[in-house]
Amino acid sequence: MANVTLRNVRKTYLGGFEAIKGIDFEVGDGQFCVLVGPSGCGKSTLLRMVAGLETITGGEIDIGGRVVNQIEPADRDIAMVFQNYALYPHMSVYNNMAYGLRNRGMAEGEIKTRVGEAARILELGAMLERKPRQLSGGQRQRVAMGRAIVRQPKVFLFDEPLSNLDAKLRIAMRVEIRKLQRRLSTTSIYVTHDQLEAMTLADILVVMNGGQVEQIGNPLEIYQKPATTFVASFIGAPPMNLMPLRSELKSQLAGDARAGEAGIIGIRPEDFVISNQTVSGGVALGLTVEAIERVGAETFIYGTRQQEMQGVAATPGELPPGEIIVRIPGAVGPSIGERIRAVAAPDKLHLFTADGRKRVGG
Amino acid sequence: MVEHRPLTDFIAYAILTLGIFIVAFPVYLALVASTHDAATVVGGHMPATPGSRALENYYRAIFVGGTRTSREPVANMLINSFVSAIGIAVGKIFISILSAYAVVYFRFPFRKTAFWIIFITLMLPVEVRIYPTYKVVADLRLLDTYAGLILPLIASATGTLLFRQFFMTVPDELLEASRIDGAGPFRFFWDTLLPLSVTTMAALFVIQFIYGWNQYLWPLLITTQDSMQTIVIGIKKMLVTTDELAEWQLAMATAVLAMLPPVAVVIFMQRLFVRGLVQTEK
Repeated sequence: MANVTLRNVRKTYLGGFEAIKGIDFEVGDGQFCVLVGPSGCGKSTLLRMVAGLETITGGEIDIGGRVVNQIEPADRDIAMVFQNYALYPHMSVYNNMAYGLRNRGMAEGEIKTRVGEAARILELGAMLERKPRQLSGGQRQRVAMGRAIVRQPKVFLFDEPLSNLDAKLRIAMRVEIRKLQRRLSTTSIYVTHDQLEAMTLADILVVMNGGQVEQIGNPLEIYQKPATTFVASFIGAPPMNLMPLRSELKSQLAGDARAGEAGIIGIRPEDFVISNQTVSGGVALGLTVEAIERVGAETFIYGTRQQEMQGVAATPGELPPGEIIVRIPGAVGPSIGERIRAVAAPDKLHLFTADGRKRVGG
Repeated sequence: MVEHRPLTDFIAYAILTLGIFIVAFPVYLALVASTHDAATVVGGHMPATPGSRALENYYRAIFVGGTRTSREPVANMLINSFVSAIGIAVGKIFISILSAYAVVYFRFPFRKTAFWIIFITLMLPVEVRIYPTYKVVADLRLLDTYAGLILPLIASATGTLLFRQFFMTVPDELLEASRIDGAGPFRFFWDTLLPLSVTTMAALFVIQFIYGWNQYLWPLLITTQDSMQTIVIGIKKMLVTTDELAEWQLAMATAVLAMLPPVAVVIFMQRLFVRGLVQTEK
């Protein structure tokens, strides 16, 4: 088992495009690290650099105390699960798993034991002689996992392994991957663009944007205290409501010490309460209900603020300017066109500097 | 067609039958002609039914050869044709798959240039470069040899293009998975790319075998000994006579024999061939 340490890792392509702009983080032994970010943020590139499939143009990657910059993928003691599984189509399930071991010159008996063990864990025992095309998506996914397991590597690398599966299977496999990783306690790095996957799987969450790290930390901590407006809007669904801190809002926050430095205020949809009461030090917004989504256990209310206010175009800002989402439990809520007051307590407010790059206060 | 109306079905079948008749009748005629004696064939009234001399004609064609014109029996010509067609097909697959592998999977200086140089050979079939090619082959003392029959015909881009297109559809992740599994360039080629290319190879084999089998101009130029003649030339030589009757019954028997190997190749490799051209398995 091993730590993975990235020190000021950079990737500049031949044309001069800088895909990774200096990244530092450490994944401890046995930890599950998730890299999350929108497409094009460099998360896959970074993973491929750890795997050795992309060259490292700056900095160092250290796996288990050994700098691997110049080491071939096969010799880095890693195993990778690809998005499209990348199973060898002409080989049986057994051979798919055994191939890497044979290339290492492992004895056939030992290979058999290892593949058998992996097949048992992944419930692939009945399919060892089948070809990948005879398997369902979920089964292929498990073969790909099996191919990684039999190697008994220091590090597992996952490149969006669940995005080719349907929604239900994705959730099931997500749980399975987590269980498996706990059981084997192999250091893992997992790339995804799905913030829910990221939240549920990670020990350490690395939120990336534009080739840089926006925030690193425990998933809940990131959720509760996003460091930038990007993280605030990316982590959490529906995203955090972000508004510029102006005139009326500013006066509501007059007593807050943070308000002076702040330029943007963020409130999570679930932190609103629909109420006519005013919370001292909190924020109250007058909304006209535009749309309602009832999903059973909870209801999402899409409202526009009565005072025409410009929202903050935060990438990936999913909210049109002036639109606010409120999430309330249960299926009972206001009706469309109704005017409501959404109130948030002072400890639920997230304040950011005007450029959105820094969180103000705790 | 989604519709199945009796009238449209009838018309479709009628047209198909007519087409088959147009294609098959000359073949049938050749078959019939190869079963009669020389006098009947040249007599002006060609019978429509097979005659009784089939065994004798085919025996003579295969093992003895014509009495007057071609001195070489067909068996020998068949072997020559077979060796050169197989040589062309296999040789072409071999060099094409290697060059396509290099062009697609390796980053080396002037890779694009190399590809385009290969590509340009498409515009230079052997008929166009016949003088320089003859000179080279003659200088290498390859006249009247199998190597001389084969080598100049395997150097062209069709196969390289076919394999290149196929390789470009193979997902990059397979290569990456192989690298992580510890397979070097040769292992990846041998263990993964080659098995996946089987259908493409079969398609190319069929095309090239028939191409090689049907070669006329090149073998005509570089073979001087009868023992190196290919069957396509043999047929032609049987018909070129100055003051005697051509032995049509033998020529037709030879023609029928010449048709058989390509037909066999197509029949046996048809399934692979079709799969190779549409490429489903990946």
